[in-house]
Amino acid sequence: MVELVRNYWRVIRSPSAYFSLGFLTIGGFLAGVIFWGGFNTALEATNTEAFCVSCHEMRDNVFQELKATVHYTNASGVRASCPDCHVPHEWTHKIARKVQASKEVWGAIFGTINTREKFQEHRLTLAIHEWSRLSANDSLECRNCHSAASMDITQQGPRAAQAHETFLLTGEKTCIDCHKGIAHQLPDMSSVPGWQ
Amino acid sequence: MLRYVLAILVLSTGVALAQSSIATLRGETPLTEEAEPPRMVPFADIGRQVRNYPEQPPVIPHDIDSYRIDLNSNKCLSCHARARTGESGAPMVSITHFMDREGQFRAAVTPRRYFCNQCHVAQHDLTPPVDNTFIDIDTLLSSEEAR
Ligand code: HEC
Ligand code: HEC
Ligand code: HEC
Ligand code: HEC
Ligand code: HEC
Repeated sequence: MVELVRNYWRVIRSPSAYFSLGFLTIGGFLAGVIFWGGFNTALEATNTEAFCVSCHEMRDNVFQELKATVHYTNASGVRASCPDCHVPHEWTHKIARKVQASKEVWGAIFGTINTREKFQEHRLTLAIHEWSRLSANDSLECRNCHSAASMDITQQGPRAAQAHETFLLTGEKTCIDCHKGIAHQLPDMSSVPGWQ
Repeated sequence: MLRYVLAILVLSTGVALAQSSIATLRGETPLTEEAEPPRMVPFADIGRQVRNYPEQPPVIPHDIDSYRIDLNSNKCLSCHARARTGESGAPMVSITHFMDREGQFRAAVTPRRYFCNQCHVAQHDLTPPVDNTFIDIDTLLSSEEAR
């Protein structure tokens, strides 16, 4: 046992061409920490509303529309920002969404949606992405703020109470099934079930 | 001296009166400034209101804030369309909404009934600025009989 430890120690101490393996390991670890941190910092920096609306496609279209909704101004002054609804909190999901988003940044650079008209043309595709993401994760991003368990049905309007009681609390439907277009204007809905 | 004082008094009340009695939508705000808009009246949850005559578009007994009706989507029809009423519990738009101007009944709500807010308004608890002497036909008939 002692022998074994001594052997390892020798290997670690013995110099590589210039640096000891020990230095390389620890240095590597530190570099890892720095890069990892930097990566996550970059990730966080792109995770703000300021970043989202720094590109004019977002500022001139979806952001303007959000401003008129209850998620931007309301009686209590609590508001939702773009990443609250669009970026998952969990790390693996976050990375997956970012990779998908790089395609959207690509789209911005090469002008896929650089006018309102082009944006409207692609809008249905983009919206369907979001709807299917939210229905797959049971509207996780909505539920980060709105908890069905904490909803006091008796304080809601009769239509809300009825719908939530029969479809939400039974788990038959999730928020996005009924609450499409709460933050932005809708695309052409003629092909979407439940709309015409 | 007294005459001058009186004259000034009369003049100044005249100006004051003129200022406050001219009713305009902008009130007394100078032309160079924007008038403060009147506060929005919140929706009044006073239950479903009885129609005053059969042809009256019923007033909307629920909040319609942020319900968009445009080329792309019609939020109202997502509850009031025939096929949606089972789930939403809303009354179906009546058959007149399917009738085009030739009197033909179409498969879906006709374009002339697409923009619901043209005819239906959400309920508000207001005192009308102009008095209205309308009485409905039942009241009229029963007062006729009484006579
Ligand atoms: C960052 C927190 C947050 C997130 C995320 C969020 N909401 Fe909200 N939501 C709010 C707040 C705050 C209000 C306004 C409450 C009030 O009336 O003051 C609100 C209001 C609403 C309302 C009421 C609208 C009205 O007109 O009264 C609906 C419906 C709603 N949210 C649905 C959703 C859905 C669906 C999602 C997911 C796509 C979502 N919310 C995500 C915070 C959030
Ligand atoms: C079966 C359809 C349905 C589902 C599922 C559903 N809602 Fe609703 N919700 C409604 C209806 C209908 C209303 C009332 C009409 C309106 O506000 O446009 C409403 C109203 C609301 C309101 C406003 C309540 C009030 O009276 O002030 C909030 C907040 C809300 N929903 C959040 C959510 C959230 C969060 C979820 C998911 C956890 C959800 N809803 C799931 C149908 C649904
Ligand atoms: C309250 C949640 C919420 C907030 C806040 C929000 N969004 Fe959305 N967003 C949605 C939902 C839900 C959809 C899916 C389409 C729909 O239902 O309108 C969507 C769709 C989109 C789309 C696809 C195109 C479209 O309109 O369907 C883009 C792009 C977008 N959002 C960008 C943004 C940006 C940028 C911000 C911040 C300024 C933002 N969103 C804030 C919920 C939100
Ligand atoms: C979330 C579903 C929903 C949406 C969206 C909705 N309604 Fe309703 N509406 C209802 C329900 C449910 C009732 C019945 C309420 C009651 O009985 O008190 C109703 C009642 C009405 C009535 C009264 C009918 C009568 O015979 O008295 C009118 C008019 C109406 N709605 C118009 C509209 C218009 C216009 C819009 C769009 C701006 C709209 N509704 C959007 C669910 C909805
Ligand atoms: C041109 C005016 C007009 C437009 C536009 C219109 N309505 Fe009506 N609506 C009426 C009138 C008038 C009545 C009552 C007489 C009748 O049923 O035709 C009525 C009745 C209704 C009723 C009560 C039906 C019943 O059987 O009690 C509902 C619900 C309704 N409308 C919803 C809507 C919705 C939703 C839209 C938009 C898609 C709409 N209306 C567009 C004029 C209109």
